[in-house]
Amino acid sequence: MVDTPKPEELIKNIDHTPPETPWEETVPDISPGNFCYPTKKKNLEYLSMPTTTVDEWSPADEEWPLPDNWQQIVHDGFKDLLGKYRSLKIFMDTCVRCGACADKCHFFIGTGDPKNMPVLRAELLRSVYRNDFTRVGKILKKIAGARPLTKEVIKEWFTYFYQCTECRRCSVYCPYGIDTAEVTMMARELLSLLGLNINWILEPAANCFRTGNHLGIQPHAFKEMIEFFCDDIEEITGKKIEPSFNRKGAEILFITPSGDAFADPGTYAMMGYIMLFEHIGLDYTLSTYASEGGNFGLFTSSEMMKRLNAKMYAEAKRLGVKWILGGECGHMWRVIHQYMDTMNGPVDFGEVPVNPITGTRFDNALSTRMVHITEFTADLIRHNKLKLDPGRNDMYKVTYHDSCNPARAMGLFDEPRHVLKAVCNQFYEMPENTIREQTFCCGSGSGLNTEEIMELRLRGGLPRANAVRYVHEKFGVNMLSCVCAIDRAALPPLMEYWVPEVDVCGVHELVGNALVMDGEIERTTNLRFEPLTDETEVEADV
Amino acid sequence: MNAAYLYSLIAVVALGLISYAGVAVAGLEGFFGIFIPYVALIVFVVGFASRIIDWGKTPVPFRIPTTSGQQKSLPWIKHDRFDSPYSTFGVIGRMALEILLFRSLFKNNRVGFSDGGGYQKIYYKWVVWLWLFAILFHYAFLVTVVRHLRFFTEPVPFFVEMLSTVDGIMQVGAPGMFLSGVVLLAMASLLLVRRIALPKLKYMSLAADYFPLLLIIGIAITGILMRHFVKVDVGAVKELTMGLATFRPSIPEGGISAVFYVHLFFVSILLAYIPFSKLMHMGGVFLSPTRNLPNNSRSVRHVNPWNYPVKTHTYEEYEDDFREKMKEAGLPVEKE
Ligand code: SF4
Ligand code: SF4
Repeated sequence: MVDTPKPEELIKNIDHTPPETPWEETVPDISPGNFCYPTKKKNLEYLSMPTTTVDEWSPADEEWPLPDNWQQIVHDGFKDLLGKYRSLKIFMDTCVRCGACADKCHFFIGTGDPKNMPVLRAELLRSVYRNDFTRVGKILKKIAGARPLTKEVIKEWFTYFYQCTECRRCSVYCPYGIDTAEVTMMARELLSLLGLNINWILEPAANCFRTGNHLGIQPHAFKEMIEFFCDDIEEITGKKIEPSFNRKGAEILFITPSGDAFADPGTYAMMGYIMLFEHIGLDYTLSTYASEGGNFGLFTSSEMMKRLNAKMYAEAKRLGVKWILGGECGHMWRVIHQYMDTMNGPVDFGEVPVNPITGTRFDNALSTRMVHITEFTADLIRHNKLKLDPGRNDMYKVTYHDSCNPARAMGLFDEPRHVLKAVCNQFYEMPENTIREQTFCCGSGSGLNTEEIMELRLRGGLPRANAVRYVHEKFGVNMLSCVCAIDRAALPPLMEYWVPEVDVCGVHELVGNALVMDGEIERTTNLRFEPLTDETEVEADV
Repeated sequence: MNAAYLYSLIAVVALGLISYAGVAVAGLEGFFGIFIPYVALIVFVVGFASRIIDWGKTPVPFRIPTTSGQQKSLPWIKHDRFDSPYSTFGVIGRMALEILLFRSLFKNNRVGFSDGGGYQKIYYKWVVWLWLFAILFHYAFLVTVVRHLRFFTEPVPFFVEMLSTVDGIMQVGAPGMFLSGVVLLAMASLLLVRRIALPKLKYMSLAADYFPLLLIIGIAITGILMRHFVKVDVGAVKELTMGLATFRPSIPEGGISAVFYVHLFFVSILLAYIPFSKLMHMGGVFLSPTRNLPNNSRSVRHVNPWNYPVKTHTYEEYEDDFREKMKEAGLPVEKE
């Protein structure tokens, strides 16, 4: 691992002035620390995807293991995508390089690398588009901004399209809505035609295909993990809970990212869900087959996304549930909200989701039959169906990170806030330009939360961390809540580096803390087994 | 990078000289006054239409609006009608705000670093300039175009007359100065200066970004020249333009200043250039899938015309893989 500079040094040395050499002539730095490890061939083979010509290679190698006709493959693939996606065509054709998007990308803000300006990131692809597919480009070549597809360009693509977290922030400010996330998705699809994928994405995808979840947790182990949480819950609340698995005839199928079953602090959110469902007596089941809410196919190709997503509807149908409830996750909800029904619908199971406790019909999920957990919980709270003691979260001064996908690909803003404000007494918003539709990425989305690019991630996450720092200094915020499993994995190291006083949690962890369950014992700790703050102390504080 | 605007400048100057000399020296009025405008018009119409048709024919496989406001979910949560439109009405509103008011551009802010409170702070400062230059530029352009309809209609429609009156309200000089022309020139120049002066912007700019700006500046300058400095026989100009409009083209007796032909040539080049350039954004802005689709994909299914079946890992295959372990763990199985 390359040494990461101290936070103060890192931020001081960020330089947004472009270099002397034009970008077309600037060779990307492909040294260790600047690239994600390419995927192991076995993952590609398992998923029947195109492979590189050798097993083991490194992007730092001079010669990349591309098939002989690589140029033709990419050209044909590009043509195919242009025929399939109006978005791609429009985005290739209409950018006027007004520069509005330039400093909206967290990777540009944190690195100062001009190719991390969304407009130039897209130009990496656009220049080849001009060369291969437009008349002006074919005639005027370089003057028209056209570049032939060379191996250097491929290297550049691999570098910078894996330095975009597909967060869509740039798209908010673009006068034509040009979404560089979409461009990145297309570019990654082209790269994957050559077998150029990263292991951090392909390994989870392959795992998910086989075992049903990214982490490769097998059915019995999945069940054990959940039961382990139930033991913890029993210790804290005195309530014994026995969730069901793969149960036919349940009313609701609950699907959440497997990260929540695997690592802190996601596990606490998982405990929160289970407690909530128990408390309201929800007739639900978990599935070991559809044990993953996330979908790393989204970061690979539309086909892979569809292949992995298919499990949700298939399982809902097999189990005969009425509808699906989805846990806290960012990209999962992009897939469910904007792709699932189109790809794997129309549904042939169940009925329009109705909250069995409140009777609320979720008309917004009429066709997809899948409801977001914060929509569900907000509805319960609104109807006073939960007994809550927000004082149990008084050790936390909470802020909320809008995850990119629920924010800009769904519009989920007020539901989680409604829940938060009900379950904790101290809630503070980060500055306006860094939340809601303007929210900043954790810096590790779209499959980039891998160790080998840690410094890049810390740089990409800087704008988010800086806003957290602001509320930390100003209000003493010490807890960063979110509704995303990748965030729960990526934000802790980010906070550790930039604002070590702040911890990370899922919204439903706080729900679990505040929820007063029927017949529970007096709680002495929160879900993390930390002692509850003395009430008097808190009052003295205020 | 310097080459990019140099190329464009040379190109525009050369085009100006060619047309000037072509008329003043070689006497090619017919070529520059009739042939070129018709060719340009045909290229524009055919080119523009085919680009739009091509875009229109390309499928929109997924409904991918960029949501910039609260979704419609629970009845008591106020949803953002325009930034997260749920219905066609909302989409029309969003598009209208975008196209008429450049709403997204209005949100523009600039990022910066500052020392404060013992740590480096990142701040975001709202900046209005790009939006201001852009919107004034576009509206000035629109007014100028509409005003020019007087050369292609007889009688001149009332709204053209009206607009011209309002546009000339400043009453500077005689003949009166048109505000739109001046604003157009000023804004095009500011956009150009911005492109050259801001390092990031200069870094990303291509020849294709300078060329249309310079061309438009050329058009505005020749236009203003004709109105205020070089005597141009407006009657003769109208004779020529009406001839073009009614497909009975002729070059008027007595001739028109060569500056007019430069103006007309620039306009022709611009027209013919549109379909091959980023100026197609005037059509593209209507078709962008991140803006012109409602955020209702969970309630109304969007159909992908090329959706195809894929290989999945079925539950049966999964159970075959793990049956024994599942049974041992007490998980229900389909096949014993
Ligand atoms: S904001 Fe849009 S049009 Fe402007 S440079 Fe960025 S992508 Fe291009
Ligand atoms: S989608 Fe996000 S990461 Fe990618 S270019 Fe845009 S702002 Fe940057």
